Amino acid sequence: MIRSLPRSKTYNWSFNLFIILYFTFLFAPLLVTCVLAFNNSNFPSLPWQGFSLDWFLADGPERIGLFHDEQNLRSIVTSFQTAVCVSILSVVVGTCASFLFEQEEFRFKGVLYFLMLAPLVIPGVILGISLLLAANTAGTFFDETFGLDFDLFRPSFWLVVIGQFSFITTFVTLVVSARLRKFDRSLEEAALNLGATRFQVIWHITLNFLRPAIAGAGAVAFLMSFENFNTTLFLVGSDPTLPINLYLQVRDGSTPVINAVSLMLIVGTSLLALVNLYFTKKEE
Amino acid sequence: MKQSRLALWVFLAPVLMWLLLLIVLPHLDLLTMSLRGENDYGDMVWTFQNYMNFFTEPIYWLTFVRTALYAIITTGITLLLALPVSFYIAKLARTRSQGALMILLLLPFWVSELVRIYGWMILLRESGVLNFFMLKLGIIDTPIEMLYNDATMIMGLVYTSMLFMIVPLVSVMESLDDSLIEAAHDLGAGQLTIWRTIIIPHCKPGITSGAIVVFMLALGNYLTPNLMGGKNSLWFTEQIYNQFIASFNWNQGSAFGFLLLLLSSLIIWVGLKVSRQKLGEVAS
Repeated sequence: MIRSLPRSKTYNWSFNLFIILYFTFLFAPLLVTCVLAFNNSNFPSLPWQGFSLDWFLADGPERIGLFHDEQNLRSIVTSFQTAVCVSILSVVVGTCASFLFEQEEFRFKGVLYFLMLAPLVIPGVILGISLLLAANTAGTFFDETFGLDFDLFRPSFWLVVIGQFSFITTFVTLVVSARLRKFDRSLEEAALNLGATRFQVIWHITLNFLRPAIAGAGAVAFLMSFENFNTTLFLVGSDPTLPINLYLQVRDGSTPVINAVSLMLIVGTSLLALVNLYFTKKEE
Repeated sequence: MKQSRLALWVFLAPVLMWLLLLIVLPHLDLLTMSLRGENDYGDMVWTFQNYMNFFTEPIYWLTFVRTALYAIITTGITLLLALPVSFYIAKLARTRSQGALMILLLLPFWVSELVRIYGWMILLRESGVLNFFMLKLGIIDTPIEMLYNDATMIMGLVYTSMLFMIVPLVSVMESLDDSLIEAAHDLGAGQLTIWRTIIIPHCKPGITSGAIVVFMLALGNYLTPNLMGGKNSLWFTEQIYNQFIASFNWNQGSAFGFLLLLLSSLIIWVGLKVSRQKLGEVAS
């Protein structure tokens, strides 16, 4: 029943069949989406009307391809900006958190560690509404006490960044902490003995050691931010991110432009994931 | 010593800001908001009315129970499907192909959930690809609408959260010593006995962490029920969304949100208690 034990032919065959079926189940929707992006038809469905790049390149008036579709292009740019901001912020704070939990001792460390894990078990929708409420409360407070009006407290680009940051940082912290745990602290002690300050040690030695984990965590943060829907839904203002924009289009009926966007997303994320995987493998 | 206190504060400050301002305060705000409401004169007062509404209006608590039950069913199906798949990868597949299989498994999950759901929609809908092939092959005479029912919705939920069950399962199964299974086999144990007495008990930590994550993702999911379940999906997150965005009744929405948060925390707590694990262990 395992590699080293004799197995019957039927057992082997049925197991292989099961795995093939499973992978078909896994890839069928993605494959169909990609293929239909090239169908020369006004609807994302069969029959096959011939190969066409219209849904990428056409510029009207009947068909507007992805590269001429203002709305979709703008949402892609917004998603990129959001993801860049979120990954930078969460990597910085997440790395601080890993140092805090792995190398420092203080009171209430257990409580704080528990709080750090909390975003893992808070559903994204709840996080979204809580932050919306808090932002609203803060906005009202500043308006009433100081007469100040901040855009930050209204559903907007920055509120989305803050919302995604608040849970993605937890994932960054977990990834970086795992690496930091493997760090040989005698290296640090050696540097301290030779007269380096704590921050010199961290900058020259520990951060160098952590670099692959930080890069990996940054990539994960980027992807998570790029495709987040649940939290973003409640915080988004007048400039929607790509998932929100796609959702509105899918809900109100669909054109093959969505397939074209999906294809780009599938190719893009696969590449990023593979690069990330390649580097983690190389590190090992 | 003085320096290390400085380091502590440098790390502690951003982490405290993150956790207090973005996690603790918003959820306290959610709680207070859910306990406020208008009285008969239109003034804001403290009240349990929002929670009373939940218990007196059957549509609300029925949706709540339904969501919880379906999330549990989803978790069960995911587990049943993930066990053989991870067993195959960890114990049956040739060692050379293991890595490739793992990458193939991970890839679809890097792609946005929306794209995956969209793929299923164009596969399953009345004018979809599956109906097209079944009509061509003469299996059916008229197209069937396969979207917008509970079974499809659960399949969608299983599909979107599969990965979070498989990854922990593969890693615990890899840590299982083959010789244990060999010994059991030599002593005459059958397949079922081996699964029941060796594999499942060994995989328990992986099963717990997988089940917790899958359950939470299903419970808090908005996209899949909304797009695949259609109008009949009656998912609790949709009720929250409706209260917030459609009816603009933030107090009622907060009460719903808080109840969902309570439910998910409760079930996770029970899961951890039953398997005698800590949240920190599950997370890493």
